[in-house]
Amino acid sequence: MYAYDELDRTLLHERVSEFRDQVKRRLSGELTEDEFKMLRLQNGVYLQLHAYMFRVAIPYGTLSSQQLRALAKVARRYDRGYGHFTTRQNIQYNWIKLSELPDALADLAEVGIHAMQTSGNNTRNVTSDQWAGVAPGEVDDPRIWSELLRQYTTLHPEFSFLPRKFKIAITASAHDRAAIKIHDIGLRLHKNEAGELGFEVLVGGGLGRTPFIAKTIKQFVHRRDILSYVEAIMRVYNQYGRRDNIYKARIKILVHELGIDKFAGEVEEEWRHIRDSALAVEDAAIDEIRARFTYPTYEKQPHMPDELKQAAHDPLFERWRRNSVFTHKVQGYSIVTISLKPVGAPPGDATADQMDVLADIAERYSFGEIRVGHEQNLALPHVAKRDLPALWKALDRIGLATPNVNLVSDIIACPGLDYCALANARSIPIAQELTRRFANHDTADLIGRLHINISGCINACGHHHVGHIGILGVEKNGEEFYQITIGGRADEQAEMGTLIGPAVPYAEVADVVEDIVEAYLALRDSGEELFVDTVKRLGVEPFRERVYATR
Amino acid sequence: MTSPLQQKIRITGPSVVTANRTSDGVVIWRTGSKGWSTDLTEAAVVRTAEAARELLAEASNDDLGAIGPYIAPVEIKDDGKVMPGNLRERIRVKGITIELPLPA
Amino acid sequence: MPLVKGGHIANDIFFHVADGAELPDDGAVLVSAARFLESSETLLRREGKIGVIWPNNRGLDDLVPHLDRLALVALVFPSFRDGRAYTQARLLRERHGFVGELRATGQVLRDQFVFMLRAGFDAFDVRKQSDAEAFGEAARRYSVFYQPTGDGHLSALHRRNESHASESAKP
Ligand code: HEM
Ligand code: SF4
Repeated sequence: MYAYDELDRTLLHERVSEFRDQVKRRLSGELTEDEFKMLRLQNGVYLQLHAYMFRVAIPYGTLSSQQLRALAKVARRYDRGYGHFTTRQNIQYNWIKLSELPDALADLAEVGIHAMQTSGNNTRNVTSDQWAGVAPGEVDDPRIWSELLRQYTTLHPEFSFLPRKFKIAITASAHDRAAIKIHDIGLRLHKNEAGELGFEVLVGGGLGRTPFIAKTIKQFVHRRDILSYVEAIMRVYNQYGRRDNIYKARIKILVHELGIDKFAGEVEEEWRHIRDSALAVEDAAIDEIRARFTYPTYEKQPHMPDELKQAAHDPLFERWRRNSVFTHKVQGYSIVTISLKPVGAPPGDATADQMDVLADIAERYSFGEIRVGHEQNLALPHVAKRDLPALWKALDRIGLATPNVNLVSDIIACPGLDYCALANARSIPIAQELTRRFANHDTADLIGRLHINISGCINACGHHHVGHIGILGVEKNGEEFYQITIGGRADEQAEMGTLIGPAVPYAEVADVVEDIVEAYLALRDSGEELFVDTVKRLGVEPFRERVYATR
Repeated sequence: MTSPLQQKIRITGPSVVTANRTSDGVVIWRTGSKGWSTDLTEAAVVRTAEAARELLAEASNDDLGAIGPYIAPVEIKDDGKVMPGNLRERIRVKGITIELPLPA
Repeated sequence: MPLVKGGHIANDIFFHVADGAELPDDGAVLVSAARFLESSETLLRREGKIGVIWPNNRGLDDLVPHLDRLALVALVFPSFRDGRAYTQARLLRERHGFVGELRATGQVLRDQFVFMLRAGFDAFDVRKQSDAEAFGEAARRYSVFYQPTGDGHLSALHRRNESHASESAKP
């Protein structure tokens, strides 16, 4: 957990007072909507169908119990009692009043939370692995570096009016849980042959209308140079990124049009000038940030405590443990993922009451720390194994012990036409129907790991391109239709899915998905072969034949 | 922003002008008396592109009161009742089509 | 359009000469990049200061050789959403050592002042009178900055380091 110091707090309060002034000027007519729009976007305020939406950053997905309670309070006091956790470690409120927003921001600022740059054409919330700092085998805690970049990108005087939004993600594990390959800049912490810590830098990933997987621009950038190197990339982008067409304005298009080598050459030339500037990151500065992260004092715990042995006789507990509990780097502890995908509920939503109880649970069982991951689930990062049975009961009481993590009903979905002004079609009810179809946990276990992603339009907020099964809402003659792709993935082997056939109407989507899953069960070579691997081995054709033969 | 006067406006049937209220984002419709209402049945209904354009231009002048005004289709029932003309507008009138998350 | 310079509303001593218009015999003039490049020799031989309006979609290579003889460079914000001139400003100040007046022109609004100051601008063609009057207030809004730029403010990172160093230097 990063604790703000006086400087961070001061800046945050200065930002809140600036935004309060901007809202006042808007409501008094001094600012037109055209002028104000950019200012509200710079602070995470969109207009949706029914109301303003307010997006709050959860940098690198780490929250304290106190912060989670503050998020609950905002949900209760200024909104309708719930919030929606997004795929980029943010939380969204759907019913905020503009006139009350400055107060909500001030409340959040009290606990060191902000909404700066959660939308708009600037650098967005820097995201990271939700298991950062606790996953076995990490080369360093990526949150230290995420915080460095959070500070560097916040209110950047040169890059607050970029051609388009700019997203950075950081991982320090071999298995990428931060989806760095679909970010504008992806950073992978690793060590070079000399054993020095640095970054592999990827650039130009992104989904939306023209999806691209990021390309490596430099295999190793020394940690000392990371800010200057990022600044060089952003400067090239700010100068040359397209501003004539919003759909071609992301850095991925610039990288694509110039080619990665030419682009890298431009960056290298720029970097030469600024490498030895005040942007050089001294180890002392990193130590300073590192020292503001608190780590729990773990106790010596047995690998297999009695509590766990006893609870293993309860098949329900065992099912949950096998599904939602993951290996921690410290013996005797576990990482617990909390599914925000109960059967029949909107993916990623949590009520204020759930948040409050969860804050208490985290204090009791996880050193007061909660994580948010890009799959729209939460996690408790430091649970002693002996506490797992008690934790499970506590989670179950508030409906947060659904054992479906990484399974077919652990669906990522954008808000879609129920909330979003840009949508073609609804996403959430499709997700809800699918969770009902696959509500039987035995069936879901049999199917194994399978990610379904749903977006209500081509902007791809639900990452449908990289879903093992991707569902994209389109419109045909005023009706909701859905294109379905299979074989995408978002991890270190990131890939775009392939269209399986013509778009289908709303009422048929769940049937088609069921047919795809049935086809997979018939086609896989063993119970071990995952859905994506079967698609990879056989291609789309056998799936298409089976699914569309009768349609 | 292109002024509504320059935009090409085509309507396929009876239409209204709708927007969101600046202070709180609530859905509103332009009335016949140069004001806004939170009730669709009080909206001014237009039937020609010309009338739609005029209503939109007039509504857009109220930059302080409303944001994002646009023309939306409506359906007129036999009894004269004005109903939203497509799914998006139905959702804006009736709210989200899903149950909110259950309180813990 | 009010001009803010040195933190206050000021008179513009530069006479803006349109392309093709007659050049006054003396006095400070502001000309377009095209006109400047076309007749830089004539312009620079003349009595009086020279300012150039440099578009935001043109590299600085053609401008840099003349910088030490220019009193003013005006960079353009065709819309406040278009942030290319921030990069140009930083490059002029921090890389090319330009010390003359660096003026922001175009759609310049109150909420960009801090960014512009940090990028090296010291003069502003402000769109609205009320924004020009609020300049001082807006410019003082922030006391903490996360990035090092050429404006002299220490970044938070460096401030922390310094206070740390001075603490550990204490006996
Ligand atoms: C209703 C509010 C929302 C609006 C208006 C909105 C709008 C957009 C737009 C216009 C884009 C495409 C940008 C581009 O390609 O340049 C986009 C991308 C994205 N959105 Fe949203 N979004 C909304 C909600 C969400 C939510 C709820 C999530 C997470 C669950 C989300 C996550 C993302 C992500 C991850 C991308 C990036 C895809 C990419 O890399 O191109 N958005 N959004
Ligand atoms: S994908 Fe489209 S419908 Fe879904 S939230 Fe993004 S913009 Fe809205």
